[in-house]
Amino acid sequence: MIDLLQTLLNAIAVGSFYALVALGYTMVYGILKFINFAHSDIVMLGAWTAFVVARAAGLAGEEPGWFAGPLILVTAMVACGALGFTIERLAYRPLRSAPRLNVLITAIGVSLLLQNIGQLPWVFGTQPQKMPNLLPPIPDLSIGPVPVPLVDVIGFGTAVVLMLLLERLVFHSKLGRAMRACAHDPKVAALMGIPVDRVISFTFVLGSALAAAGGVLFALKYSGLKQPADASWVLLGLKAFVAAVIGGIGNVRGAMLGGFLIAFIEIFGAKYLSPNLRDVYVFALLIIVLLVRPGGLLGRATVEKV
Amino acid sequence: MTRPSTSAAASVRHLARVLSLRPRGPGALHETTIRRSLGSLLCLGAAISLSACGGGSADKKSADGSSGNASSSAREGPDPNDKSDILIGSYNSMTGSEATFGQSTYAGIQLAIEEINAGGGVNGRKLVVRNYDTQGKSQEAGTAVTRLITDDEVTAIIGEVASSLSIAGGRVAQQYGVPMISPSSTNAQVTQIGDMVFRVCFVDSFQGYVAAKFLRENLKFDKVAVLFDQSQAYSKGLKDDFSKAFIALGGTIIGEQAFTGGDPDFSAQLTTIRSLSPQAIYVPGYYTDVGNIALQARKLGIGKNVPLIGGDGWDSSKLAEIGGDAIEGSFYSNHYSPDQPSPEVKQFVEKFTAKFGQMPDGLAALGYDATLILADAMKRAKSLDGKDLAAAIAATQDFAAVTGTISIDANRNASKAAVVVQMKGGKPVFVAAVEPLK
Amino acid sequence: MPAAGALVQPGFGTIFLRSILPLCAVLAFALFMQGVAKPWLAPFHAKVVIDIGIAIIAAVSLNLVNGLTGQFSMGHAGFMAVGGYFGAAITYYGSFRLFGDASFRGGWVSWALATEHFTGGAIASGDFLFLAACIVGGLAAAALGYVVALPSLRLRGDYLAIVTLGFGEIIRVLLTQTNDVLATAEEVRNTPLWRLPLHLGGALGFSSAVGIPSYASHFWVALWVGVVILVSIRLKRSSSGRALLAIREDEIAAEAMGVNTTGYKVRAFVISAFFAGVAGCLFAHVIGTTLNPKELGFQKSFDIIIMVVLGGMGSVSGAVIAAIILTVLPEVLRDFNSYRMIIYALALILMMILRPKGLFGVNEVWEIAPVRRLLRRLGLGGPRPPKKSIGSGARRERGAP
Repeated sequence: MIDLLQTLLNAIAVGSFYALVALGYTMVYGILKFINFAHSDIVMLGAWTAFVVARAAGLAGEEPGWFAGPLILVTAMVACGALGFTIERLAYRPLRSAPRLNVLITAIGVSLLLQNIGQLPWVFGTQPQKMPNLLPPIPDLSIGPVPVPLVDVIGFGTAVVLMLLLERLVFHSKLGRAMRACAHDPKVAALMGIPVDRVISFTFVLGSALAAAGGVLFALKYSGLKQPADASWVLLGLKAFVAAVIGGIGNVRGAMLGGFLIAFIEIFGAKYLSPNLRDVYVFALLIIVLLVRPGGLLGRATVEKV
Repeated sequence: MTRPSTSAAASVRHLARVLSLRPRGPGALHETTIRRSLGSLLCLGAAISLSACGGGSADKKSADGSSGNASSSAREGPDPNDKSDILIGSYNSMTGSEATFGQSTYAGIQLAIEEINAGGGVNGRKLVVRNYDTQGKSQEAGTAVTRLITDDEVTAIIGEVASSLSIAGGRVAQQYGVPMISPSSTNAQVTQIGDMVFRVCFVDSFQGYVAAKFLRENLKFDKVAVLFDQSQAYSKGLKDDFSKAFIALGGTIIGEQAFTGGDPDFSAQLTTIRSLSPQAIYVPGYYTDVGNIALQARKLGIGKNVPLIGGDGWDSSKLAEIGGDAIEGSFYSNHYSPDQPSPEVKQFVEKFTAKFGQMPDGLAALGYDATLILADAMKRAKSLDGKDLAAAIAATQDFAAVTGTISIDANRNASKAAVVVQMKGGKPVFVAAVEPLK
Repeated sequence: MPAAGALVQPGFGTIFLRSILPLCAVLAFALFMQGVAKPWLAPFHAKVVIDIGIAIIAAVSLNLVNGLTGQFSMGHAGFMAVGGYFGAAITYYGSFRLFGDASFRGGWVSWALATEHFTGGAIASGDFLFLAACIVGGLAAAALGYVVALPSLRLRGDYLAIVTLGFGEIIRVLLTQTNDVLATAEEVRNTPLWRLPLHLGGALGFSSAVGIPSYASHFWVALWVGVVILVSIRLKRSSSGRALLAIREDEIAAEAMGVNTTGYKVRAFVISAFFAGVAGCLFAHVIGTTLNPKELGFQKSFDIIIMVVLGGMGSVSGAVIAAIILTVLPEVLRDFNSYRMIIYALALILMMILRPKGLFGVNEVWEIAPVRRLLRRLGLGGPRPPKKSIGSGARRERGAP
């Protein structure tokens, strides 16, 4: 029983960042209809930016105040948002009308570029580092005998807040309506007077900012920050993408649902089945969902018009 | 036209059709296809040969299985007037996920070479080392060793840390008859390759025994859980050896959980382990994962009274940085400890910190020892020919090295003591030494 | 009298020559590499040539799927792993079962860089075992390719990429779960045949004290290089190849014209997986390589994808040239390793923006204009190909008004 509760809490904690990263994938796919392979690298850069800023601000090893965490989070989000904007402008916009395959390849190229630039000795280096503690000085909670680490609570809380804000933006604001219109049919949206290019750029910025938030929360929870080209970042991105697909790619609520669902499957599978095969569960689930319901759980099968 | 089916037979038929090449109609083949295919294939062959920039291999060393050992003609004989430099090769992972291992080892090698040359070299000849980066890949290891032997014509090779890379390089060295000393590969298979491959560290079976003995006799524990990295042969092998030894000494392994190296999340495994209430957890992984494991274990409520025990993969200054307070009080078996009371260790630590500005870890010490033992063997050897040098290395007895008194045994492994250290105040502190089984 | 433009079936002699001569040429090329090129090269360069050959097979086989058919498979290294492990198991355990130990039993054709003294003359018993291992490894990979392709190829291209990547990862994880490799004839004899595949080495890789006998010589590598290039070029020029290119250009239009798109895609996938398995088998038998699951993960898939994309998606010779360059470059640029990947990545991005077809596009190296002019001047050129080559037609945006 205790184990069950603990596993549940673990799954909720892990699901928070899968959901945040999946949101970025799904928004970009919804508008531009391609998988942004470089997304996992933005997650990585968000985490490392937070590390660098925190260290520069002298927060390593000290007890941070109440504002250090949110400030650094916002800094990382802004930095990665800007990076997302740049990438979209330079690498993806020229390929707006190119076949999907070319854009995929460009995304891989951008991903490799970001990883290897991050690995350079004068950027982030090749060593894993320890993420400084950015949490306010509140003691850990516990539900009965099960400890609930503060970092999990804050992670979940931040993720929920961001998702609610995103939901409000996408579904209850003019900009959100413009985004949804562009996702539905960019040409007609342009005819209706929506500045499609600007909306697309904004979507990228938003997706990248959410990815950065996911990265920072991830780094805070697992404070051994792996080096930029490490395979674990790519794997994290892959699982988040699987989450987006399972929830219904292009569907914002689906991404949130998918993120938590994937986390549940992975953590419960690792605990009660076999921890060796935790990656296998996630990919097996992907294949099953794609076979049975290719539109995802909350998505609709779209008819392709010629 | 019949509609092709998707059956497997259709694929095979299709392949057969493509290979046998009955033309399927006009325009399918140009008149000069054959000429072009031939021409292009020959161009391809020429391009490949040319691009490899070969040529004039008559004077380059090549191992010819059919003739006798023709290598002696390319080797310098024991000419006392020969004062040319001796070139030795080394291959390490200078980049990649285990970059610190390779960098530490190479630093140790460089320090040793400086010292040897300052002391007059080997029989008056200076040592020079040529280092190649293997990037953590075994294919690169094989290429690096091939290049060292055939292109650079080294006398002996030092490398690698990761066992799968040492095995790859070792096979090549054995083929060409060039002695190779691995400073820190602990998997048993490395020296089983042949009589040219040696190591100056202990093997995993001994290391597992060391941890088991320490847990049983010093800490008096009998219920231990194990958490190992299933994607690393080092971790898996060490786990197996530890379990065997621990059970043989009367303890019980109450649970075994696995993770994949690089995975950040250990909550599932640690939750299971927590419910088993072990007295200690054996975690034979690399420092990159162990720091995270310690943090998550403490967060899940596994208290400090349940120490983690590990192997030499923990040995890095990053461990304390990442693990912080969570790793305090945990133990690991290692090749040496910088605060050991022996004079060799003191001198080595002084010289290393003076040259590189940081404390040497076990890998640097092993790289240093491997080079010293190689130089010592070169002084004793009849000639620098492969076989003679290998025989001299095999005859190393009671060499006073930094990592203990080393004797090379009949299996070409090092018979030496291991130490157990404990993390205190962010640094490894010497706790106990365990002598090798006679 | 056949009217102008009517079909004329070539005579038997011509058909025979067209079928047999290329195969003879491949054999001659393989013998040339083993007999002439290998002794002439320095041993280190000879090893690099073997690496180049394996990279060529991997790149050209991936070109069938990514280039000709326009599908995006990212699990190529997984097929190499399957082929490699199957082939290694057959050679290694087969040696134990048939000959009593796993020592090298090849003839001159399998004489690699520095293996033990080869027994027998030109061809020995071990060579047949190795050939069988390569073919069975390839077939195993092809079977896996079939299993992977059937469900995935009904999906959109982007999904295929992720699913193939996922499959590659699944294969890698499963391989890590296997037990240690058996090292003595006793153990191999006592293990029933169906249990042997469980002993593939796990995380350390397929290695034991004895090691896989290293049969991968220049002959075998060159032979398979020739075969895969021949198959690719012929496939490309056949009507099946035209179907594949049609699928690449516009799948819905191809389906409307009666092309069974799923069938062709699956077949391209299976053929590509076969040769990937062969490449993996050769890779496993190169001296100084430890076959382990970590090295055949998605990073290796990415390396091969880079070769195909830079060389030209659909161009066989482009893939070959890119494979050669991208295998030799790391050796040459050893000191600039960290910058090398950055340059590759930039090259990839710039190529997609400026020249999305890759270096040669879908044309072979002898079809591009300057080379054609040169060949014609040398008297080797054939009749002028049609003005618009395949794949350069105007592309319409799907759903354009």
